Formats: sequence, structure tokens, C-alpha cells
Amino acid sequence: MTAIMTSSGARPKSWLKTDTPKDAFQASVQQLYQGWRRFTIHPLGLLGLGIILLLIATAIAAPWLTPYDPAAQDMMGRLQPPSAAHWLGTDEFGRDVFTRVVYGARTTLYIIMLVTIIVAPIGLIIGACAGYLGGWADEVLMRVTDIFLSFPGLVLALGFAAALGPGITNAIIAIALTAWPPMARLARAEALSLRNADFIAAVRLQGASRTRIITRHILPMCLPSVIVRITLNMAGVILTAAGLGFLGLGAQPPMAEWGAMVSTGREYMLDSPWVVAAPGIAIAVVSLAFNLAGDALRDVLDPKGGE
Amino acid sequence: MTTYEAFNRPQRFLRLRQFSGKAVSILVTLVGLLLLTFTMGRLLPADPVLAVTGSEVDKATYERVYNELGLGEPIWRQFASYIGRMLTGDMGQSLTTGRPVAQDLLTVFPATIELALVAMLCGTLIGVPLGIVAAVNRGKLIDHIARIVGLAGHSIPIFWLGLMALFVFYAKLRWVGASGRIDILNEGLVPPITGLMLLDTALQGEWDVFRDALSHIILPGAILGYYSVAYISRMTRSFMLEQLGQEYIISARAKGVSRRQMIWSHAFKNIRVQLLTVIALTFGGLLDGAVLIETVFGWPGLGQYLTRGLKMNDMNVVMGAVLLIGIVFLTINIISDKLYRILDPRTR
Repeated sequence: MTAIMTSSGARPKSWLKTDTPKDAFQASVQQLYQGWRRFTIHPLGLLGLGIILLLIATAIAAPWLTPYDPAAQDMMGRLQPPSAAHWLGTDEFGRDVFTRVVYGARTTLYIIMLVTIIVAPIGLIIGACAGYLGGWADEVLMRVTDIFLSFPGLVLALGFAAALGPGITNAIIAIALTAWPPMARLARAEALSLRNADFIAAVRLQGASRTRIITRHILPMCLPSVIVRITLNMAGVILTAAGLGFLGLGAQPPMAEWGAMVSTGREYMLDSPWVVAAPGIAIAVVSLAFNLAGDALRDVLDPKGGE
Repeated sequence: MTTYEAFNRPQRFLRLRQFSGKAVSILVTLVGLLLLTFTMGRLLPADPVLAVTGSEVDKATYERVYNELGLGEPIWRQFASYIGRMLTGDMGQSLTTGRPVAQDLLTVFPATIELALVAMLCGTLIGVPLGIVAAVNRGKLIDHIARIVGLAGHSIPIFWLGLMALFVFYAKLRWVGASGRIDILNEGLVPPITGLMLLDTALQGEWDVFRDALSHIILPGAILGYYSVAYISRMTRSFMLEQLGQEYIISARAKGVSRRQMIWSHAFKNIRVQLLTVIALTFGGLLDGAVLIETVFGWPGLGQYLTRGLKMNDMNVVMGAVLLIGIVFLTINIISDKLYRILDPRTR
């Protein structure tokens, strides 16, 4: 979004607002700009976007934000209440809770990025193939999608995480396995509507192979809506990851992960509630941010849906 | 088949075709569910042979058990025999409880059903009014607040909210019971009829035990219900907005119908069927949340059973519990679809 804002500064404002864009680039920038304008009328959506940017900044700047090491233990100073030295107190190993929450942002961001990288291609390819090829391929692929959809997400992720063994990578694979079906559904719907478009017929007449049509023409057209949908589902991914961590199936100690922090802190909760409170609030704030941003995004893309 | 052809076919034949198509697709989904749980069982790191014999075992016994379990057979054969066993209700033994998994599931399932029902009630009682208030005051401050209240419930990790609620209402205020379904003193006092503690105690007039059970279920139930408020209130709001924009509402207002009457006896009356479907659909998501909330509150239900099985690498338990949840989820989807068709005369 910042790129657009700077480009609007470099060029005259009329370049963004003219009714007759001169080239494809100007037209797409205009569309983005108008979407952005519609997004900005949702104050809550902006708040969500701000928090997401803050999360990214925190994850990048983690070592500069705190003088402590997230894994450094100090058995003399365990379970200290919040103070000037330890803003959010210390945990059962004397580790600084604030530091661990900050480094936990890295874990969360890592999970979000990897899930996106895995889920987007799977959903896109399955959906685009089903939609474009139709017939038996469609029937089989959509049946498989339905089967995955017929489990509640967390339960399916739990089963796979347990089967693959605990660990952050396996947790990410388990989450991705449960997150792709809605993307495939969406990509299929897009591909179906493109299937009989004139430009696809033209490419086909030129002798392009099926693979070429799907990879070069169908997939790129499905990409934007799939990306948007992934953003909408991110809050769910974060909560599932935290849930897996809480049940001991996600990130393993000493890695700083918010769900696991809540889980290990619960034993000391009665006397040292800050150990549990801080990471839980972090999960809630980030997940709420994605929900708020996603809500606004939904309104921008489909004005008649929510309003 | 084009719509033109479909239109000309005899109605009854079409119905039969639709029905059989539906039945086949449900059957395929069921087999798919079995395939998924079967795959999970094969992927689990625990050695199924050692699970039966214990870790101290000589080579000959190992071989014998290995063959008895059919692990040497081709994988499709193993899957076929797995389906066969599931059809007869044989889910194998649980390593941790030492009882058949199917029997265990029958005892833990009612606890989860009861929790989910209370949660559904809480979610509806908060979510529907919230959605209506938001729709009536669309775009105003109260609409934004309703949106945040709903989304917060959908964003706060349910296990954390449970821990915090236990800290405040149990440890500090002593308002509610601790973990479990009932106080140890009352354990076994009321013979089970339905397995639903609240219903059983009420039916037998044991009001003291009823109050105890209520004080145990209210906190996990309310927290689980809060999770579904976001979805219920959002759908209520959008259904209400759709109704409020209709012309019959305008003409009713023009005739001098009061605002309250317009909302409740005109608009709300028309969205009841849609709402029922939405509420039924939240039930599946509640099962998801129940897994987490049960471990926090020590609720002896399906979720706790599943997570214990996961921790102990108890393969039969994991496969059985995941399969049961999948089947319940599928059934709810089918029922809510049917419910809509039966209750809404326009879809007949």
C-alpha cells in the first residue's frame, strides 16, 4: 500500500483519478487506489492493518526491542512480578516474559508465512484443475475437498500433528492440510467462470496445451481472490496454531510460542498470572487484527455482502 | 443434464435421482473419513505391535502379533478390514483405559453433547439480540461495538479465556465449581438416564445436585458459546438488514406499526428458519472448541479423551474419537440442510 501512496506523490493526482487510463498499469493502480479508499472508510479495518504491520515490525526488530535472550534462564529470578527490569515479569525458568512475547511474534509470522506458501499453490492447482478440466477430474477433486471439509479444522489438524509427531514444522504441515479446501473451492469457482471466456477459447485455438492454459492463464486469474481469502482465514490459522501449541503438539521448548507459553504457565497461574496473561493477550490482539482487517477487506470486495 | 430436460422429467423420478445422488455422495464422504483416520493411524509414530505387547518383547512374539494384526498384508486389504471392523462397531482397545474404544466413546460423548448444547444456548441468547441491535442501529456506534464484541469472541483463544475465567470466578471469587462435571461428593448420586447431567438431575428432582452440575457447566458452556457469537450475530445482522430493506416493512411502518412490533413480529419472524440453520451449523465449530475447553476445565468429554489419547500415543483412541467427530459434523451438515428444506415452505 505504501508503494501506491508514494507513486501517487510522484505523479499528479489526476493520474490516479482520470476516467480513461492510458495503459494496463495505470488501470490496475487506479483499481488498487480505489480499493484502498474504500478500505480506509473502515476505521476498525485500518486498526487491524496497523496491528498487523506492528506485528511484522516487532518480528523483524525483536533483538533491538529487548536486551534479553528469549531462552536465557535465570533460576534465581524465576516468577518475578512485572517490574522496570522485566516489564511483564519472568516465567518459571526466570526468562523475561516480554522478550518471549516479542520473539513469539517471529514464530507466529513464520507460521503464517509458511502456511500461506503451502496452502496457496495446493488450493490454486486443485481448484483450477477441477474447474477448468471439469467432468471426472472435477468430481474426484471436489469430493476429496469435501472430505477434508467434513472435519472441524482443529480436530483434523490435531490428528495430523499427532500422526506426524510434535514440532513446529509438522504443526505447520498439519494446519496447511486443513486450510487448503476453502481455497480450492474458491479457485474452482473462479476457473469455472473463466473456462468459457473468449480469451481462453482464443488461446486454445492457437494450439496451447491444457497445462499451458491452466498455468499461464487460469492460475494467474484465480490468484488475487485466493490471496484475499487466505488473509480472511489467517485469524483461524493463528488460533489453530496456538491451540496446537497449547496442547503440546506445536512448537517445542525452548522456542517462544504464545500457545505453548500459556500452556506451561498455567501451573503457576494462581500466584503469577502474568506468565499466562501476556501471551494470551498477544494471540487475541493479533487474531483480532486479522479478523478486523479481513472484515473490512470483505466489505471492500463485496459491498453487498456484509452491509 | 440441462435445466430444460430436468424440467420435463417426471418430478418423482427427479426426486429419486437427487436422493440417490445425495446418498452416494454421503457414502463416498464416509469412506473418505475412514480413509483419513486410517492414514492417521498408519502415520502415528507409535509401533502398533509394541502397543499391544509392551516394549519388552522377544522376536518370535513380535512376529506373531505383527501377523495377527494383519500388518504384513497389502495396505488396501488392511483398509478393507478396517472398514469392516468399523461397520461392526469394533474400534479396538484403548491402551490407557483398557476398555473398548467404542464403549469409552459412549460414556464420554454425552458430556460433550451437554457442554455443546449449553454453549449453543449461550451463543444464541447473546448472538441473536446482538445481531438485531446491530442491524437496527446499522452504521452507528452500537453497531461497531457489537461487531467488536462478536469478533473478540472469535479472536480470543478459547483455552486462554477459560484459564482466565477459572482464575477470576473460581480461584478469586469462588462463584463456580472447579473442574469436572460435578462435585466429588455428588459423584454417582444420580443414576444416569440420558447421560446429560442437567437433564438427569432435573428429571429425578435432585435439585441440589442440579445446582452443582449447573455451577460446573456454566463457565465452560458460556465461554464456548461466546466463541460462536461472532458468527451468529453476523448472520442475524445480515438477515435482519435484508428483511428491514423489504417493502412490506416500509408499508407496515406506513400503516403505523410500532418499531418494536416491526422488528420482532415482522422482520424477526421471517428470519427464524434461516437462523435455526445457522445455529445448527455452529455446533460443528463448537466441537472444535470443546477439545480445548475440556482440557482446561477437566471436563470428562470427547475432547479430553482425544487429547489424552494423543499424549499417550493411543492410536485406537485417536482414530475412534476423530472419526466420531467427523461423523457428527457430517450428520449436522445434513440435518441442517434438511431442516431448512422442511421448515421453509419456499424450498419445497
